[in-house]
Amino acid sequence: MLARRIIPCLDVKNGRNVRGVKFSADKDAGDPIELAKRYDAEGADELVFYDITASAEKRDIVGKLVRRVSEEVFIPFTVGGGVRTYWDIRTIIEGGAEKASINSAAIHTPEIITQGAESFGSQAIVGSIDAIRRPNPDQIEDVCWEVVINGGRTYTGRDALEWAEELVDRGAGELVLNSIDADGTKDGYDIELNRTVAERVDVPIVASGGAGGPEDMYAVLSEGKASAALAASIFHYNQYSIAEVKTYLAERGVPVRPKIEIDLT
Amino acid sequence: MIAIVNYGMGNLRSVQKAFEHVGAKAVIVDRPEDIDAAERVVLPGVGAFGDAMNNLKTSGLIAPVVRAISEGRPFLGICLGLQLMFAESEEMGQHRGLNILPGTVKRFPGGQRVPQIGWNEVRIQRETSLLDGVPDGSYFYFVHSFFVVSERDEDVVGVTDYGIDYASIAGNDRAFGVQFHPEKSQDAGLKILKNFAEKV
Repeated sequence: MLARRIIPCLDVKNGRNVRGVKFSADKDAGDPIELAKRYDAEGADELVFYDITASAEKRDIVGKLVRRVSEEVFIPFTVGGGVRTYWDIRTIIEGGAEKASINSAAIHTPEIITQGAESFGSQAIVGSIDAIRRPNPDQIEDVCWEVVINGGRTYTGRDALEWAEELVDRGAGELVLNSIDADGTKDGYDIELNRTVAERVDVPIVASGGAGGPEDMYAVLSEGKASAALAASIFHYNQYSIAEVKTYLAERGVPVRPKIEIDLT
Repeated sequence: MIAIVNYGMGNLRSVQKAFEHVGAKAVIVDRPEDIDAAERVVLPGVGAFGDAMNNLKTSGLIAPVVRAISEGRPFLGICLGLQLMFAESEEMGQHRGLNILPGTVKRFPGGQRVPQIGWNEVRIQRETSLLDGVPDGSYFYFVHSFFVVSERDEDVVGVTDYGIDYASIAGNDRAFGVQFHPEKSQDAGLKILKNFAEKV
């Protein structure tokens, strides 16, 4: 059976980890490759690199990072953060990443999703949605979600469910739903958001924002109908290991990829 | 030397780097003579079946690939590369494949999210050097909307359940195909690449 995925997210800037991390003394604490290898060894199913570099050399810096990751870590990985053009996507995919994740740029230029899917396949294009809860003007249901961009600073007036459908129609092969309400709270994912979108579209949903522990991941992967759960700080600061999360999920009947020992020598 | 066939169907760098990681030298080639000169041939690929066959044809790569297999040189198809080994596909119209294995390529029926994206289990059906040291039930990373239906049971090496049971590893003798991406399937995938480079 297809396993539900646990995905740590690494924030990077100028090719370095944004948040420092304690390793043994011989490891470079700022090197995202070292952190990626640690997550890989712990049983991460995929990695997301979220790049916040804001400079003219951004594409070169990201390209270099992607090539280094693909030489040392042999699990799938996605790169997001400021992906705007065909050339950004191409740099990411040709460097050896599986997927490029596109957020704000798709609101400004939705054709980027279509063009990316036609050039690299839907499996390579992730539509990333930052959503915030709003009272529903139609009063048909209690809540709706509005799409926000630029890290939550700009309201778009777009309904998140309709936007999710458009992204999939344009060729996005997967959606990341990042709840701005839940982000950083550690109070759990927005279960209703994930379930509502998962019931509306056929592509896999990656839940993001709000993870405080294994019970939150269990909730969003069962009740929330998400295919994968993404988290940053609970793994980064060693609150929980990926192995602990997977054990918790497996005990409750959620299919996860177990760790196996294979002799590669 | 392992030749990774480049015919414009997806990124091959990860496959090359994964071989290097397990100590095997692999080069990305796009000329017929390079395939003829190779000891082992790998046919990766993502994308549409029809486009892939067209690209192979216009680059003159069908004959050298088929020749490598008929001469008994080890061959590994990855993802679309597995599907191309079969006789035909129903992906967007009917298309002829390389016809190395009898069978067809079909789209997943309804009831599951398509494409299948993620880690799934492979139940090993028979022993082969390709799978030496790979435990039964190991997980591999899959991304696909179509699957192969083998006409011969003996060509089915591994089976995976995605709503239906389908052949996720197929082949015989020294020509194999895997539906998953061994280059992205951590140690289980790397073991298969190592076995291919050293034992098949």
